[in-house]
Amino acid sequence: MLRLEKLTKKYKTGDMALKGVDLDVPPGQVLALIGPSGAGKSTLIRCINRLVEPSSGRIELNGEDVTRLGAGGLRRARRRMGMIFQEYALVERLTVMENVLSGQLGYVGFWRSYFRRFPQEIVTEAFRLLERVGLEQFADKRADQLSGGQRQRVGIARALIQGPDLLLVDEPTASLDPKTSRQIMRLICELCAERQLAAIINIHDVVLAQMFVQRIVGLRLGEVVYDGPPDGLTPEVLTEIYGEEDWAATRDKEADETPAGHGVTEGDPLAAM
Amino acid sequence: MSDTGFDASERARQWRPPPLIASPRLRWFLGLGAALYFALAIGSLEVNWLRIYEGLDRGWAFVIAFTNPDFTTRWTDIREGLIESLVMTVTSTAIGIAISVPIAFGAARNIAPLPVYLFCRAIIAVSRSLQEIIIAIFFVAIFGFGPLAGVITLSFATIGFLAKLLAEDIEDIDKGQAEAVRASGARWLQLMNYGVQPQVMPRLIGLSLYRLDINFRESAVVGLVGAGGIGATLNTAFDRYEFDTAAAILISIIVIVMIAEYSSGLIRARVQ
Amino acid sequence: MPIGEQAGAKVWQRRTTKHQLGIWFGWLLGVALFLFCWKQISDVTTWAFFWDVPRIAGDIGGRMIPPRWSYIDKLWVPLWDTLNIATLGTAIAIVMAVPVAFLAARNTTPSATLIRPIALLIIVSSRSINSLIWALLLVSIIGPGILAGTIAIGLRSIGFVAKLLYEAIEEIDKTQVEAISATGASRWQVMAYGIMPQIAPAFAGIAVFRWDINIRESTVLGLVGAGGIGLQLSSSLNILAWPQVTLILIAILVAVVVSEWVSAKVRHAII
Repeated sequence: MLRLEKLTKKYKTGDMALKGVDLDVPPGQVLALIGPSGAGKSTLIRCINRLVEPSSGRIELNGEDVTRLGAGGLRRARRRMGMIFQEYALVERLTVMENVLSGQLGYVGFWRSYFRRFPQEIVTEAFRLLERVGLEQFADKRADQLSGGQRQRVGIARALIQGPDLLLVDEPTASLDPKTSRQIMRLICELCAERQLAAIINIHDVVLAQMFVQRIVGLRLGEVVYDGPPDGLTPEVLTEIYGEEDWAATRDKEADETPAGHGVTEGDPLAAM
Repeated sequence: MSDTGFDASERARQWRPPPLIASPRLRWFLGLGAALYFALAIGSLEVNWLRIYEGLDRGWAFVIAFTNPDFTTRWTDIREGLIESLVMTVTSTAIGIAISVPIAFGAARNIAPLPVYLFCRAIIAVSRSLQEIIIAIFFVAIFGFGPLAGVITLSFATIGFLAKLLAEDIEDIDKGQAEAVRASGARWLQLMNYGVQPQVMPRLIGLSLYRLDINFRESAVVGLVGAGGIGATLNTAFDRYEFDTAAAILISIIVIVMIAEYSSGLIRARVQ
Repeated sequence: MPIGEQAGAKVWQRRTTKHQLGIWFGWLLGVALFLFCWKQISDVTTWAFFWDVPRIAGDIGGRMIPPRWSYIDKLWVPLWDTLNIATLGTAIAIVMAVPVAFLAARNTTPSATLIRPIALLIIVSSRSINSLIWALLLVSIIGPGILAGTIAIGLRSIGFVAKLLYEAIEEIDKTQVEAISATGASRWQVMAYGIMPQIAPAFAGIAVFRWDINIRESTVLGLVGAGGIGLQLSSSLNILAWPQVTLILIAILVAVVVSEWVSAKVRHAII
């Protein structure tokens, strides 16, 4: 469904953020993108919907090359890709409902959206989504009155009301506390399963990633260095992705603290750290 | 959820963004009031279409004049006027700063005793409440025509601006730093010099440069009532419908203001 | 901070000698410039009259008191005109300033090399020229009256409003705009949903602030024939009717204080 071929991004400063990334995401697959800061995770996600303009390579969404689209075509392509942000990126002075409805902007004409006259089925869908993420009574609250976890739920509802085929998720939990992080990750993965959505989730918390997804892609200095199942992340692989560190020691400590039988891929207190 | 289910679907049928003003009565009152006011206000404009039609030619002539300004015909007047304006600007800003600084210290509640505070605040209030041009009229009446009246006007106006903003900055200083200096046994003047001055100096420089810029712009205005500067030349040009000369003067003012803003930006960046 | 050595003891000086000399030289230049300017002014001043100042000031002061209270009946209409000049002028300025601000802000301008400098030129031209001078110009083009004053206030305010507004636009949170663009919204929708809500409070604050300034400025536009209470001031000064002048000044002061109070209230309500 999504295919990246030789995707590169060179910033004006000369930094090569992406060096020929190839990636294939079949429909309905949730994959986690891990890697150290500066590995190009954020750039990769932003290149896919062209918030960042890629320098070369192809991005094929449902057989269409996104990199060649003009302004109108790009808008139509962006409607198929929902995005969820690290700092939630809600428009803080708008209400929760307006934020959710803003996900439909690509389908609605300017004046209609300006006067907030969205089609009734969209409003109904928005209420349904708010109920699904547990915020139905907050519809008319302003976004800046919500807590971090609540805001991220609004962000999820906004991405889903687009009716996307693909979710681009950029560090969804980096600004949240451990418990909320898990709830948000669980919610995203459940929703993807319910709606048969593919998703690319940028995440720096390896253990959290291992808990929730079936495929992990490791990025280092703009190159894919690992692509496989969560339990393939051996200390050697982690060293390759993140550089030298005593990975085994962390694991031993983890094993000490968790009851016998719990593997690394299961939930454990250290996931929070 | 069964009892709220109906409620939710009922709500789901309609959604409007919450209005800015919650009470509908107040909303209508304000809306109608604003509409009525604007209708009355626009009605009071007394537009004389014939006069405007006649003026269109002159307006167009002025626009043309801007593309082709005439610096030469009245060059001596323009040059002398501009120099006088600049001279007035420098003098009045310098005098204004010299008077403003002590007043600013006096008008900062955290360092001045109450009687001094009230006295200095009163001076600031008087200076701020009247337009430069009105003050200029009075000073021209008292000191006679010429740049001296203008300089005194602008110095007086500078006090209200500079002393007020500087006093606010002094009131906002970091108390910890001042306390540390006082704890070392410093006298009042030493406290000002070591604890307060370093903190407010960048702001004082920034404000002074900004006021220099304002004083130049104002010096072009006080000339309209005979207080010296380029304003008199400009007034004459307009009276004689010499739009090309007027355009030349306006362009000169704009260019000087631009240079002043640009260089003050450079200086402020260095100080802060 | 140089530390030298003298007779075996460490000597501390705040600045190097060169730096210190530079500062002294700077002060010297400044004082010389000031004295030079002062001399220019002194040369064209007849100092003999200067000694009359206290007498003249006392004389005028004496004539101004008491104010001619009955004259207030003739001031209501000019005060109403003054209010209208300020309000309509502010409205004109806002309508014109919003597009200019969007063209001038680095993050919303369609072209940073071509259009932005033009927008900045409009802003600086409007700001450099006092509303009285704009009024002078407009009176000579469209004739004396309230209309000239209103347009003058409008032209002067465009630069002010646009400058503050474009600075506010440049400070907005980029990720909120990104999030709206990522939904496939059009350029205008991004403006309406991503940018407008973020600058709305700043915008309202700027508008009210400028309205307050405009009330002050429109009280004097009459001096050049552009309507408002300044006309009465001008005619009273021409016939040396000092008691009327006093009353007009009181009326202006009250108007200014009231407008400042209103503007502070409104801004407080917004923020």
